[in-house]
Amino acid sequence: MHMNRREFLQILAVAAASGMALDSKSALAGTAPANFYDVPHHGNLSFLHFTDCHAQLLPVWFREPNVNIGVGEALGKAPHIVGQHLLKKFGVTPGSAEAHAFSYLDFAEAAKVYGKVGGFAHLKTLIDKMRAQRPGALLLDGGDTWQGSATSLWTNAQDMVDACIKLGVDVMTPHWESTFGAERVLEIVNKDFKKANIDFVAQNIVTNDFGDQVFKPYTMKVMNGVKVAVIGQAFPYTPIANPRHLVPDWSFGIRDDSMQKWVNDARAKGAKVVIVLSHNGMDVDLKMATRVTGIDAIFGGHTHDGVPQPVPVKNAKGITLVTNAGSNGKFLGVMDFEVKNNRVASYKYRLLPVFSNLLPADPAMSAYINKVRAPYESKLNEKLAVTDDFLYRRGNFNGTWDQLLVDAMMEVKGADAAFSPGFRWGTTLLPGDPITMERLMDQTAITYPQTTLNNMTGETIKTIMEDVCDNLFNVDPYYQQGGDMVRVGGIEYTINPNQKIGKRITDMRIKGKLVDAKKTYKVAGWAPVAEGATGEPIWDVVASYLRDKKVIKGLKLNEPKIVGIGKSNPGIADYQGGVS
Amino acid sequence: MNALRRNVLKSAAGAGTVAVAVAAGLLKPTMALAGAPRTAFEAKSVGDALKGMGATAAADSKDITIKAPDIAENGAVVPVEVTSSIAGTTAIAIISEKNATPLVADFDLSNGAQGFISTRIKMGQTSLVRAVVTAGGKTYTAAKEVKVTIGGCGG
Repeated sequence: MHMNRREFLQILAVAAASGMALDSKSALAGTAPANFYDVPHHGNLSFLHFTDCHAQLLPVWFREPNVNIGVGEALGKAPHIVGQHLLKKFGVTPGSAEAHAFSYLDFAEAAKVYGKVGGFAHLKTLIDKMRAQRPGALLLDGGDTWQGSATSLWTNAQDMVDACIKLGVDVMTPHWESTFGAERVLEIVNKDFKKANIDFVAQNIVTNDFGDQVFKPYTMKVMNGVKVAVIGQAFPYTPIANPRHLVPDWSFGIRDDSMQKWVNDARAKGAKVVIVLSHNGMDVDLKMATRVTGIDAIFGGHTHDGVPQPVPVKNAKGITLVTNAGSNGKFLGVMDFEVKNNRVASYKYRLLPVFSNLLPADPAMSAYINKVRAPYESKLNEKLAVTDDFLYRRGNFNGTWDQLLVDAMMEVKGADAAFSPGFRWGTTLLPGDPITMERLMDQTAITYPQTTLNNMTGETIKTIMEDVCDNLFNVDPYYQQGGDMVRVGGIEYTINPNQKIGKRITDMRIKGKLVDAKKTYKVAGWAPVAEGATGEPIWDVVASYLRDKKVIKGLKLNEPKIVGIGKSNPGIADYQGGVS
Repeated sequence: MNALRRNVLKSAAGAGTVAVAVAAGLLKPTMALAGAPRTAFEAKSVGDALKGMGATAAADSKDITIKAPDIAENGAVVPVEVTSSIAGTTAIAIISEKNATPLVADFDLSNGAQGFISTRIKMGQTSLVRAVVTAGGKTYTAAKEVKVTIGGCGG
C-alpha cells in the first residue's frame, strides 16, 4: 500500500490517540511485514557486519541527519543524500519501517510506532537467525564499539568486550577503542580476544619508531572451502581527532600503498575473496576503492551512514563494493557472495534495521546486560530533567542535544561562546522523555571529558572554525576526518562549504555584533586533545545545569546560514538556518 | 626481532627518546647542510631558497615520489620519504613551503647511491612539501600537500 506523508501522519495520529502505538507489536504488524527478517540466502559466502554501535547495549532512539552535504565529486551521491532524496535513490517506500530507519523524516511520530532500535540482545537474535541460514558466516565489528556509554566508560570497556565475545564477533578493527589507551587495547587484544579467538586487525597502525605492524594486518579464514582474507583499516586520523598522548607510540594514516601490498599478499597466499573491514569513513573508502585494486568489498563505518545498498566503484583492475552500515546498533549488514571459478560472480546485500520490537531479546545476552548494569543502575537512572524538546545530535552543523551542551557550558562557566566537538554518536530523545544520567553520558562518555574556559581572540575563534570546517568539507576525502562541524554556542555565522580553508566562514557575530579579530572573548569547550587538562568533566557541568532547569524546552538551535550550495542540494532538507 | 631491537635502542638512548634518537641519527644538521649553500638554508622564501640552490628552473617530474602523511599526526616530526627514479640522481632536497626558512634538508648522493631518502621534518602549518632533485646537472621537482591541523573534532 502506498501512503503519502500526510496519510502516514494521519494514521500515526490516530494510532497515538487510540493508544495502540507506543512500542506495541500490534501497531507494527500493520506497517512492517511479518516476514521482515526472512532474508533468503544467496551464494556460498556470507559476511555479517555491524559498526559504530558506540557501546549501546540496550535499544535506543537514533535519528539520521537532515544535513549531510557532499562537496566536489561527493555532491548528490550516497552518502550525501538525506530524507526523501535518499528514499527515492534506494527505492525505499515512504512511510515504511525502512523509511523510518534510513531517514530523519517524521522521526518523533514514527519512533512511537516502530519502537526503539538496536540493543545487543536483539542484535544477537538477528545475528543467530542470519547465521543459521548461512553456515560459516563471519561476523565483522567495524569499531567504535567500546566507547559511547556510561557503562563502557565505567567498566573500562569490559562490558562491551564481553558482550562482543558473547555476540560471536570474529574480526574487529578500531577507532575510539584507542582512547582507552594503547596499554588497555593491547591487554584486551592479547588476553580477552586471544582467548575468544577474535582477530583484531589493522594494516594502518604501525610503530612510530620503525614502522612495525602493531596488530595483524589481516586474517585469513576458510569459508565453505574458499579462502577469504579480511584486512583491517583503523580510523586513519586517530592521533589527530583524538588525543595523541593516549597512543603515543603508534602511527596511523590511510596508507593505501601498504593496503595494496597486503591485498596482493593475501591473493598470493590463495585468498579468492578479499574484504576490507574499514573505519576510514565512507568518502575515504570510496576514494581508496579507486586507488587500491583487488578488493571485493569494503565494509565501512565511522561516518555513521546508513546506506541501503553498496556503491560499486571501478578501478584499474575491477570493481570494489563500498558499504557503510550506520551506527548505534541500528543496522546489521548482510552480504552474500556467490563465488564461482575462484572469483565473486554475484552478490546480494541487505542493510537490516534492528527493530527491537520485531526481534525477541536473546535471553542469555539480556541476562548478561542486566548483570553488567546492576552495580550502576541507580546512577544511570538518575532523572536530571525532562525534555519537552526533541533532542538529537546528528547533522553537519548542530543538533538540539549539542545546543543543550553549549547552552549549559556558557551558563555554568559564564562564557561568551562555547564549542562542542562534532561527534556523530549520541542517542536521541523524544519530546516528553526524561533526561537521565545515562542519556547524558550517551553524549559525553569519553576518557578525556574535561571542560575548559579560554580567552580567545576573534581571530583564533575564526581559525579554529575554519580548521574544523576543512576537516569536513575539504574537496579531497583523504583530508577529511569524518566528524561533523564543531558545534558553536553564542556565535552566529555564514558558511560556504564549497570555498577553501580560511574563506568558508563569514559574518561571524557574538550577541549580534560582528566578531572583532583583535578582541578577546571567553570561550568554553570540552574534550581537549592536549595532555594535562584538569577542568570539571562535561557530564558534571551539564548535569548540574539540568538539575537546575528541571524542564528543557524552547531550545534555540544555533545553525549557520549556508550559502553556495544551492537550494535544491540533496544533502540538506528541512533546514531552518537558511540555504542558498 | 623488533621488540629486542627497540629495547636495545631504548636502553642506549634513554626511555622515550627513541623516535628522536632515530630521527637525529638519520639527519644530523651537518649532513643536512652538506648540499646547498648556507644562504639557501637561511632563505626566508621558497623563491630565495631555490635561487640559493641554483634550482629556479627545476622542471616538474613524475619520476619523483613523495611519501608523507596527508594530515600530519605531529607537526614537529612529520615523516617524509622521497624516491627519485631519475637516472644519475646526485642530490635530493626537501622544502616545506610555509616554514619560516623553507629549505629543510639537502642530501648529497654519491657513487651511484639509490635516489631515496627518509627523514622527519618540522612543519608549522599546512603546506606543500616540495622535493628538489638534482640529476645530470639539471633540477627536477614535485610537491605534495601535508595538512597540519588543530584536530580534536573527529568522529
